[in-house]
Amino acid sequence: MSRRPFTPKVLTANLLREGDVVYLDATDAWVADLHRAELIEHEARAADRLAFAEAQSSRVVGAYLTDMKAGPNGPEPVHFREGFRATGPSNYPHGKQAGA
Amino acid sequence: MYHYDDFDRAFVAERNAQFRAQVERRLDGSLTEEEFKPLRLMNGVYLQLHAYMLRVAIPYGTISTPQMRVLAELAERWDKGYGHFTTRQNIQYNWPKLVDIPDMLDRLGDVGMHAIQTSGNTIRNVTADHFAGAARDEVADPRPYAELLRQWSTDHPEFQFLPRKFKIAVTGAPNDRAVTRAHDIGLVLRERNGEIGFEVLIGGGLGRTPMIGKTVRDFLPVADLLPYCEAIVSVYNRLGRRDNKYKARIKITVHETGIDEMRRQIEASFAELRPLFDDTAMAALDRIKAQFALPSFLNGPTEIDLSDPVLRSFVDTNVTPHKRDDHAIVTISLKAHGRTPGDASAEQMRVMADLAERYAYGELRISHEQNVILPHVRRGDLAALHAALGAVGLGTANVGLASDIIACPGMDYCALATARSIPVAQQIAMRIDEMGIEHDIGALKIKISGCINACGHHHVGHIGILGLDRAGVENYQITLGGDGTERAAIGERAGPGFAYDEIVPAVERLVLAYLDVREDAGETFLDAYRRLGPAPFKAALYPEEKRDAA
Ligand code: HEM
Ligand code: SF4
Repeated sequence: MSRRPFTPKVLTANLLREGDVVYLDATDAWVADLHRAELIEHEARAADRLAFAEAQSSRVVGAYLTDMKAGPNGPEPVHFREGFRATGPSNYPHGKQAGA
Repeated sequence: MYHYDDFDRAFVAERNAQFRAQVERRLDGSLTEEEFKPLRLMNGVYLQLHAYMLRVAIPYGTISTPQMRVLAELAERWDKGYGHFTTRQNIQYNWPKLVDIPDMLDRLGDVGMHAIQTSGNTIRNVTADHFAGAARDEVADPRPYAELLRQWSTDHPEFQFLPRKFKIAVTGAPNDRAVTRAHDIGLVLRERNGEIGFEVLIGGGLGRTPMIGKTVRDFLPVADLLPYCEAIVSVYNRLGRRDNKYKARIKITVHETGIDEMRRQIEASFAELRPLFDDTAMAALDRIKAQFALPSFLNGPTEIDLSDPVLRSFVDTNVTPHKRDDHAIVTISLKAHGRTPGDASAEQMRVMADLAERYAYGELRISHEQNVILPHVRRGDLAALHAALGAVGLGTANVGLASDIIACPGMDYCALATARSIPVAQQIAMRIDEMGIEHDIGALKIKISGCINACGHHHVGHIGILGLDRAGVENYQITLGGDGTERAAIGERAGPGFAYDEIVPAVERLVLAYLDVREDAGETFLDAYRRLGPAPFKAALYPEEKRDAA
């Protein structure tokens, strides 16, 4: 049986109190900016980060790993859904684009 | 206007206090998310893409001016200055912080509003014709019955864990404006030999497997309403499939069991339940009816000066005949071209409340088409009202036209979405407006959903648009010929989907094809589709195929 090769990922969640979209960086901090997130290149590391996030359930909610690719400024979305989560809705500048 | 009694208030206050404690326990770590999630959903709190979302019920779409002002206050104090009115007569706030939600719920409780049973496998907000009480074609005002059903279903001990969510809609008019045929139970008031009763439909629904409701009883006496509904829900509770979420709605139960067998079981259950219901419900109904008494109408002129073409156009589209010749029903469009369908800013909500007080005896309604209604306006006040609405961007004359689009939140907010709906709606509206053909096209219902769940009612749009994810790219499927009225029909898929930047041109080709093939301006898009079938519309959607075939 063939297994799909591991693709790079970022760990994301929403802040429990506020609901804001956040990403896990390499220093265990939750950051708002996707570019500062840790791009996870190895499967074992991904499992570790997910376990770490799940243990932080009093800070974040709905943690999951999602595919990202390396870009000039840091991780970039592969799928448009993560693109919207990273920038905000397209009808109002009410998401992260407000602070950008 | 119905006022919640002390029991309702105490119940809501207690639930709010409970929820505040639950939020605190979640925040201090004594509740896990697994434990907390069902509790927050029971109180209308979802987690969406960017933030939490709070869904507040507006029972049967009727809302008072103090309530509308509180909705505005919530938008300003705890959200980003606006709210989104939905197809199920709810309002959704897209940006509340979890820590603030208990305060929001308390504030709502002050004016008898809440978010209970706006989620979960319970009986949801009971919806009704938004012209109720004012419509010229109605047999009776459906809202007292909707309120009776609300009281019966709220916190009903047996119906908190149904196989799946359960939605009821009621209309008092033969022209169905409440989409009763797409609800789990649809109730249509009918008159027979001077008596009022209900035609009862079951098993309608949209979503993954759209179905039109089927008549289970063609005339149900009013006094039997609660035991009969209880019989329906009990049979569903027993037969409904709990093994598969996608087969759990009553529409599937009806489909798999057959309407005749369903009827047999419902009637059997009803025969057992009927004696257990004494006449307290009917006494309650009389009290409720008194609360829905119509305002003391003031007399006014029936003929008004419509020489101003802008006012004339507004009256043509946004004004519907009222029971009384000297009054009118005014629909305020929340669909200004290029704006998000169904959104209203805090300022707009306040202006609507003020105008309702000044011109509409303080009454407001929310329609499933995501607009706001002033049900009783003197015709003599129409010009002044229209001018005041125009001043805050609420004067758009497009109700029932191509840009009066229903759109769900889609990928811009919803965690379940597979594609965006809002920008597609915005661009279609802008394009139709630029082309200057909207009034020529006439009645046309375009409805857009951002995934198969069909919250945007696309199956019953004359033109339905469903946003999908095809290999990581947004793709839009068109359905044609859907209808949510008493002539309900599920739209038929036109063919392969369109990319995000192709969907607006595709809709443009469709409406131009319609203008080409219609018999005259009196034949609507839907009529033309029914007369001609899909061929000329498909040819317009897929011109290359026509060329290939030639
Ligand atoms: C967080 C946002 C939302 C979520 C998670 C959500 C979820 C769902 C799901 C899962 C279904 C399919 C149910 C089934 O077929 O069993 C559904 C149906 C539906 N929802 Fe939503 N929805 C959301 C927002 C909305 C909004 C904004 C509206 C109104 C514009 C809406 C109105 C409806 C309606 C009318 C249906 C289809 C009718 C039916 O129940 O068969 N929902 N929703
Ligand atoms: S149809 Fe899908 S995308 Fe739209 S609101 Fe419903 S669940 Fe979300």
